[in-house]
Amino acid sequence: MSNVLEIRWHGRGGQGAKTASLLLAEAAFDTGKYIQGFPEYGPERMGAPITAYNRISDKPITIHCNIYEPDYVVVVDETLLDVVDVTSGLKAHGAIIVNTEKTPEEMKEKLSTYNYSGRVYTVDAKKISMETLGRYFPNTPMLGAVVKVANVMDEKVFIESMDNSFKHKFASKPTVIAPNMEAVKRALVEVKGA
Amino acid sequence: MAIRDKLSGNEAVAVAMRQINPDVVAAFPITPSTEVPQYFSSYVADGLVDTEFVAVESEHSAMSACIGAQAAGGRAMTATSSAGLALMWEMLYIAASSRLPMVMSLVTRALSGPINIHNDHSDAMGCRDSGWIQLFGENNQEAYDNFIMALRVGEHKDVQLPVLNCYDGFITSHSVENMELLEDNLVKDFVGEYKPQHYMLNSKQQIAVGPLDLPPHYFEHKRLQAEAMRNAKNVILEVSAEFEKMTGRKYGLFEEYRMEDAEIAMVILGSTAGTAKYVIDELREKGVKAGLIKIRVFRPFPAEELAAALSHCKAIAIMDKADGFNAKGGALFNEIRSAMYDGDARPAIVNYIYGLGGRDVRTNDLEKVYDALAEIVATGVVGDPYRYVGVIDANDVAVQAEAAAARE
Amino acid sequence: MSSMKDKCIIEGYTPWQETTPGGVVTSTGNAHYYKTGGWRAEKPIWLKDKCKQCLLCWPTCPDSSIPVEDKKRVDFDFDHCKGCGVCAAVCPFAAIDMVPEGK
Repeated sequence: MSNVLEIRWHGRGGQGAKTASLLLAEAAFDTGKYIQGFPEYGPERMGAPITAYNRISDKPITIHCNIYEPDYVVVVDETLLDVVDVTSGLKAHGAIIVNTEKTPEEMKEKLSTYNYSGRVYTVDAKKISMETLGRYFPNTPMLGAVVKVANVMDEKVFIESMDNSFKHKFASKPTVIAPNMEAVKRALVEVKGA
Repeated sequence: MAIRDKLSGNEAVAVAMRQINPDVVAAFPITPSTEVPQYFSSYVADGLVDTEFVAVESEHSAMSACIGAQAAGGRAMTATSSAGLALMWEMLYIAASSRLPMVMSLVTRALSGPINIHNDHSDAMGCRDSGWIQLFGENNQEAYDNFIMALRVGEHKDVQLPVLNCYDGFITSHSVENMELLEDNLVKDFVGEYKPQHYMLNSKQQIAVGPLDLPPHYFEHKRLQAEAMRNAKNVILEVSAEFEKMTGRKYGLFEEYRMEDAEIAMVILGSTAGTAKYVIDELREKGVKAGLIKIRVFRPFPAEELAAALSHCKAIAIMDKADGFNAKGGALFNEIRSAMYDGDARPAIVNYIYGLGGRDVRTNDLEKVYDALAEIVATGVVGDPYRYVGVIDANDVAVQAEAAAARE
Repeated sequence: MSSMKDKCIIEGYTPWQETTPGGVVTSTGNAHYYKTGGWRAEKPIWLKDKCKQCLLCWPTCPDSSIPVEDKKRVDFDFDHCKGCGVCAAVCPFAAIDMVPEGK
């Protein structure tokens, strides 16, 4: 699937991985791309591991199955690393982005137990979230991180798109728009890789 | 002209309903169709439509309320899935035999048991002989477009039958994709006003609907109903041609994908057709003459047209997303094999049951099917035509190897 | 039977091409044209001399087969009376007899 960018999200129910995948789809849509954003529904319980997917392409996308060989993997909850093989099928040229306070080097070592030796990026979405939103919503910073790492779109366009999305999503509580934008922007800067 | 948007299948259908502004929507929530009345009820609350929204206490009541509303002379709509459709069973036949052209979105889902909320076509196949027209969409765009066209088809004076707008649960209903919406006024003009010949709230002509119909008349009424389903085929083509003029999007009884010189072909319903197109493109690059027929109109069944379209193939796989439990293959398989009987061409035909209960249908599952068809062409041996793909089978060496790798 | 057609009644042996979609009945009140008198095994006999015109029989008749004129009942509508005998059972004055049909 050379001309289709495929992203797999791993999170826990309630952390917003599905929402993040939909927001990413929207942002890419705003840049004129063809997109898919869809979750893989499982037990649908708070805390249960969930998977969500994105396909982004310049051409119409007809394929309708889950993603088994993603270009990028986003791990919204670090504790999933001991539960799910998040690197499964991840392409050699791709990368994994993990929400953790660990350094990319430390994370790389941990992932080597899955025989993964590709690029690893980390971002402390918890710290960003707590400092900007005052609550733990890791999906927003993770969205910024994946856009940066996967080079999904121009950063400026992405920021504009997110601003529009948040204005729509948080129309009834506009005070949270600026902190969410701050979280996205910080993640764009703070994500680190090796 | 067209509005570029990104919506889930359910949201797209709810938007179509808002644009049509029906008289009555009566619905009971069931996964994965719940979002349709959920989105729509917010349009009602926001005053965007004039619809009477009836929050009923069961699907049987939802269908009953729609029957009453449609018989009264209104446009009625609903949505359901799986067990919800099963609970409507009795009323489905009444809607069809009373010739009430309502539209229902069937967000296809497995029937219990064991209980399962995910996609297959066992609900849609279960009601295939209830007298409803059945349209199947591959993606969000088709779910939206079919819904709009469904009204015109069902309400046509030569048809007067209810229409099921079928699309795949979760895969289509919950996936956000690009699509093109029509402007509200275009949809309104296209569907027009509903002008039934007879309706109960007509003060100038009192009528009775749903009579006791004893042996002197019942058979004739059913024969007339059968004729309406026969008429539906041409009406669908007419309405689709008109829709194409407006949108540029072409719809027929089925879609042929790279069939012109296809030696091996698959016949399928719903979202997996898109995945099959991807697989075909890859196979074509390797020189394999693979093609696909995606059925849009399952009821009325386009038997002659399908037989003609498949006649030049050497081997065909009919894909059923619901088992037949007759020990002789799924419904689509049996109908297509029957359709081929009248022709001189007798390609090898095999049946694959696939994707039950939300089992993801991967590209390599479909590759396996095409490989098997190529094998039949090469050897001339059909073997067992009643096959499964994607099921974990103790006797399937390749599947066992995959399973072992996954367990590691 | 064009007279029946005028009343939107579909006769037996009507071809399917000429019947109505869904069997919709395109007029109301036409049960009147459906003669159920032939279903009767027992026939009510109105004993006019015993009748006090209390009219208790009238509302109990399931087939509206007891016509009332000028606030007084008249003889049975035998085109529609099915001979159920409810009227005879409720009559306080034994003014209705049930006799076998054909005698």
